[in-house]
Amino acid sequence: MSDLEPTTPGGPTDREIIGPGHTFGSVTDKISSIVLTRKTPMFWTVGFGIGFLLTILMLFAIGTLFVRGVGIWGVNAPVGWGFAIVNFVWWIGIGHAGTLISAILLLLRQEWRTSINRFAEAMTLFAVAQAGMYPILHLGRPWLAYWLTPYPNTMALWPQWRSPLVWDVFAVSTYATVSLLFWFVGLIPDLATLRDRSKKKLPQIVYGMLAMGWRGSAMHWHRYDMAYLLLAGIATPLVVSVHTVVSFDFTIGIIPGWHSTIFPPYFVAGAIYGGFAMVLTIAIPLRAVYRLEDFVTLRHLQNMAKILLATGLIVGYGYMIEAFMSWYSGSPYEKFMMWNRMTGPYAPIFWGLMLCNIVTPQFLWWKSVRTSPLGLWIIAVIVNIGMWLERFVIVITSLHRDFLPSSWGMYYPTGFDWATYIGTIGFFVALFFLFIRFLPMISIFEMRTLVPEAEAVKEPEP
Amino acid sequence: MKPRRPPHPLHGLLAEFETPGNLIEAARRAREAGYTRMDAYTPYPIHELTEALALPRTKLPLIVFAGGAIGCATALGMQWFSAVVHYPINVGGRPLASWPSFIPITFELTVLFAAIAAVLGMLGLNGLPMPFHPVFSVPRFALASRDRFFLAIESTDPKFDTARTAEFLRSLGAREVNEVER
Repeated sequence: MSDLEPTTPGGPTDREIIGPGHTFGSVTDKISSIVLTRKTPMFWTVGFGIGFLLTILMLFAIGTLFVRGVGIWGVNAPVGWGFAIVNFVWWIGIGHAGTLISAILLLLRQEWRTSINRFAEAMTLFAVAQAGMYPILHLGRPWLAYWLTPYPNTMALWPQWRSPLVWDVFAVSTYATVSLLFWFVGLIPDLATLRDRSKKKLPQIVYGMLAMGWRGSAMHWHRYDMAYLLLAGIATPLVVSVHTVVSFDFTIGIIPGWHSTIFPPYFVAGAIYGGFAMVLTIAIPLRAVYRLEDFVTLRHLQNMAKILLATGLIVGYGYMIEAFMSWYSGSPYEKFMMWNRMTGPYAPIFWGLMLCNIVTPQFLWWKSVRTSPLGLWIIAVIVNIGMWLERFVIVITSLHRDFLPSSWGMYYPTGFDWATYIGTIGFFVALFFLFIRFLPMISIFEMRTLVPEAEAVKEPEP
Repeated sequence: MKPRRPPHPLHGLLAEFETPGNLIEAARRAREAGYTRMDAYTPYPIHELTEALALPRTKLPLIVFAGGAIGCATALGMQWFSAVVHYPINVGGRPLASWPSFIPITFELTVLFAAIAAVLGMLGLNGLPMPFHPVFSVPRFALASRDRFFLAIESTDPKFDTARTAEFLRSLGAREVNEVER
């Protein structure tokens, strides 16, 4: 079982993006064997089992919602946007790191993205799938969700184009479609590899159908590269636009704490921050269990940690400006909103958010933390929690005490709120485990471009 | 009208090389020798082959641009038609064609149509899905998706001659030369 072990005892250093001694054949065999020949590890069975059970919990929570209505959640006047919107923004933000890695880092020619882009894109896809459910569940009459789309109807009714909630429908559905296309195009050559390498009939047929007869012709690669580059170019503004539109859901409203021009950039930075935290949360256990230290090296972890630190500082700047502007605006409602966040009934959540999102990432200034997988994993998990708290603070504390004290109220999540949230985490985990079992979690053909044999024939960049 | 040549019994000849460097060199020399109907099969994209095989520029960017333009026009047209013509709502005399608020959806549909055009355009120009291709009948071709590099000279090439072309491919350092049945 030599392919299970890293090829060098110590593994690659924190400068290399691929372990020494790899060839075209060895990267192909190592990645494809996880899907085709290796015994499924206990980690997979347990992980998928937990995800599957929580998926059942989600289905139960959603089924009850359909039968009994949104009254099973804690939402009521004045807080009409509870967990559903908090979770929606959290999930869609997580997705952004995948597109950033696959599109923006491709355009910036960051070669280290190669070994992490595939599973980061899968993460995007599955996170967007969770996010997309929430606004629909939140509708009250979810079976009428198709009213959000422009379709010919006898009442000649159209969606309200001037509403950010309608923009959101287009932004999220476009984002989901483009992420799926990008992911699938990236998979085609690897599906052909799996087709050619599997020994059993069924996988040959299934991977063969999905690979669509890919044969690696030079002219095909030529067009493929162009398509991939154009998709990256298209996805780059898209990823920025999606969280911008999500932030419009808030900023176009006049609620104190929402009506702010800093929201779009600060939401995008927060999305990348939370997304990279999730990539690290996933990548660190995966590389340990599947012995992928050769491909996901300490350099990858370090680079992601640096992005985490940089976007964390941008998010911190966003918080600071938010507080400054609420004082500088001179508006008593804005001032009260900030004071209420810091000292009101939800103050522990606000200070918890500061601890998770501002204090924790400061440890990443130390290289010893950036190159310690365990330390990094703990920080990433804390940042994930912090980003969820951030959305909770934005949605709930702004709504629960607005202009009129007579309309103030409190929001308390119910068991069904928690069951839906934890259930979607389980569904995400289950989908992800299915992905690592049946598809190559690292892009094989792109890894081939990094081995020394390929580097030898590359002409210097102009 | 020239009489049509009967179809050649072979699709062509497939030469296997062990390294990308050998393949690029072989492709270059085959082109210098006057072969024009060639294709290479590689496990990863090799940009040097574009020049070595004199591959034509792809029309894909135009298709993607057209897709994006159609998406943009569709979105703006749909919003303008519904807000101004089909279901105008007068809200305090505000303009019906309030284009700034149409921009987000216009942008999203431009991106969506362009992305779909990129994927369908790439597959369409490549002639995929194509479940069978003659080169698949060579058993060693399965390695084209792993670590081997293939150069095919097709029988439609005016210079193609089974024996002489095979000899030529061997002289380029091919590890093995296979005849590809049609």
